Amino acid sequence: MRGRVGWGLLAAGLLLYPMLLTGPFYRDIGVTFLLAAISASAWNIVGGYAGQVSVGHSMFFGLGAYTPLLLYTLWGWPPLAGIPFGMALSVALALGIGMPTFRLTGHYFSMATIAVAELIRIFFGTWDLVGAAIGLQGPAVARSVWDLTFRSELPYYYIFLAVLAVLLLLTSALERRRFGFYLRAIKASERAAKSLGVPVRQTKMQALALSAAFTSVAGSLYVIKTGFIDPDSAFGILISVQMVIVAALGGAGTLFGPLLGALVLIPLQTATNSWFGGGGSGLTYILYGGIIVVIARFDPGGLFDLWHRVLPTLRKLFGSRAHAA
Amino acid sequence: MVIIQVVVGGLLLGAIYALFSSGLTLIWGMMNFINFAHGEFVMLGMYVALLTVTWIGGGPAVFGIAAACALFVLGVGIYLSLIRHVMRGPMLAQILSTFGLALLLRYTAFWIFSANFVSLPQTSLGGTLKIAGIFLPVAQLVAGAVAITLTIGLHLLLTRTTVGSKLLAVAEDRAAAMLMGIRPDRMQALAWGLSAGAAGIAGALMATAYPWSPSVGETFGLIAFVVVALGGFGSVLGSLYAGLIIGLIQAASAFWLGAIYKDIVVYGLFVALLWLRPQGLMGKA
Repeated sequence: MRGRVGWGLLAAGLLLYPMLLTGPFYRDIGVTFLLAAISASAWNIVGGYAGQVSVGHSMFFGLGAYTPLLLYTLWGWPPLAGIPFGMALSVALALGIGMPTFRLTGHYFSMATIAVAELIRIFFGTWDLVGAAIGLQGPAVARSVWDLTFRSELPYYYIFLAVLAVLLLLTSALERRRFGFYLRAIKASERAAKSLGVPVRQTKMQALALSAAFTSVAGSLYVIKTGFIDPDSAFGILISVQMVIVAALGGAGTLFGPLLGALVLIPLQTATNSWFGGGGSGLTYILYGGIIVVIARFDPGGLFDLWHRVLPTLRKLFGSRAHAA
Repeated sequence: MVIIQVVVGGLLLGAIYALFSSGLTLIWGMMNFINFAHGEFVMLGMYVALLTVTWIGGGPAVFGIAAACALFVLGVGIYLSLIRHVMRGPMLAQILSTFGLALLLRYTAFWIFSANFVSLPQTSLGGTLKIAGIFLPVAQLVAGAVAITLTIGLHLLLTRTTVGSKLLAVAEDRAAAMLMGIRPDRMQALAWGLSAGAAGIAGALMATAYPWSPSVGETFGLIAFVVVALGGFGSVLGSLYAGLIIGLIQAASAFWLGAIYKDIVVYGLFVALLWLRPQGLMGKA
């Protein structure tokens, strides 16, 4: 019951946010927040639930971003039509990485993801078909409504919100099914899971494919909104870093962890960028690095876990005070 | 003649790759732990060399030792304050700890030193030798020779000395090593010190011959992954051979395909290795 109320409040808050806080600044933060939440929730399926930590998810984001604009540049397709192709490419790449590395321990997977993402980034920077270092541009003016090129941020906000809702509903459905139990078993102990008959490799592959597909959608949404892409904003390591930190900060492997992480991190990022000024964006990444180290050292479960650990202490304090009174 | 030039240049650079990669493989072999910040250690070694030369002066011997010592202390410090607490934790904590550390070190370096490329002032190793028609910058020659010597030294330290046996004992079986009166914590701290120290001195050697910026850490980190994957995780001798091979491949692809493709070829090799021979050349499956 409490869960239902929580869902309702959250949904209402997200639906009403652009109505309550108008103005381009708040809408921009809202859209950035949703995009971060979508990418991190997608990462969370394989990185959080299955415990296979990818530090190169930008490769799927980038393919999702490049494919629609490439199809637009080549044949004038509306970017929307490129989304399924981006997803297909990302899933194919995911299988290509998962097949060899999921036979080995988790470290190999992490190393492979960072190396492949970097490989693709450098490669796209030299490939003329995708605009090399300059990148690709989308339709400047909407030819029809299918180009999804709007002046206002509002339509983007609601499109992104709808995608996030679909992703979270799907994740929560999977969480309660056999697949979800398999994932948690693998995360807890691969060997034990295998001995109990969990199809370990197959399940990890499925999680990675699903995660890649949705990360690709996030990339497509990003590019449909911004209208251009270049190798660094598609495949750069900082794109991967953001997914990892948003999910891990809130709580990797929990349904609402990425949402909570984005809720904390995106306003923080906006604030630090404006405090430190344009040239100081490096300080934001120092802060990111620091946060990641602190999470790893003291609180790998993220903020949700912290809350559950602090809660009993608070209750005790509260209870003893009630006694005194 | 040009081909010999390319080969020699590749081998000399490869020797330095071998040195810092042997640090990464040491940690992997000892603790099944991958250090994502290893390339940043190399980068820091380069800046320690630069700061030593600017503040104190002195030749390559002075700043080489300074870089090795500074990074040794950093490595031990990082083990004691961070790694020791996450190494038996969840996979997420293990990977995030050094990954976050890499970001922290890289962007702190960007902040302090700016993104500009720098190089060491002309050292006593300036000048170029001309042997049999090939040109050899003295700095590269010395750096390569020292790197090979140190890598072999590390291999001998691990295989021929008491300390090496203790390190390997902890790697083999922590509990049994404790029963033999070895303190695993102390040995692992030493391994982190040696690993970071090797990276630091490799950085100082590289700084004598090549210019750099804070972003080189990311590249060197990935190169170390490739070298270790090729040489076999945990094998110092393997990473010596693999380092030389990778240096050679990089030089050859830069020469025949163009400089921008040299990293593509090397990372592509890494992916191919994962598919075909994940245990590496010298590794045990």
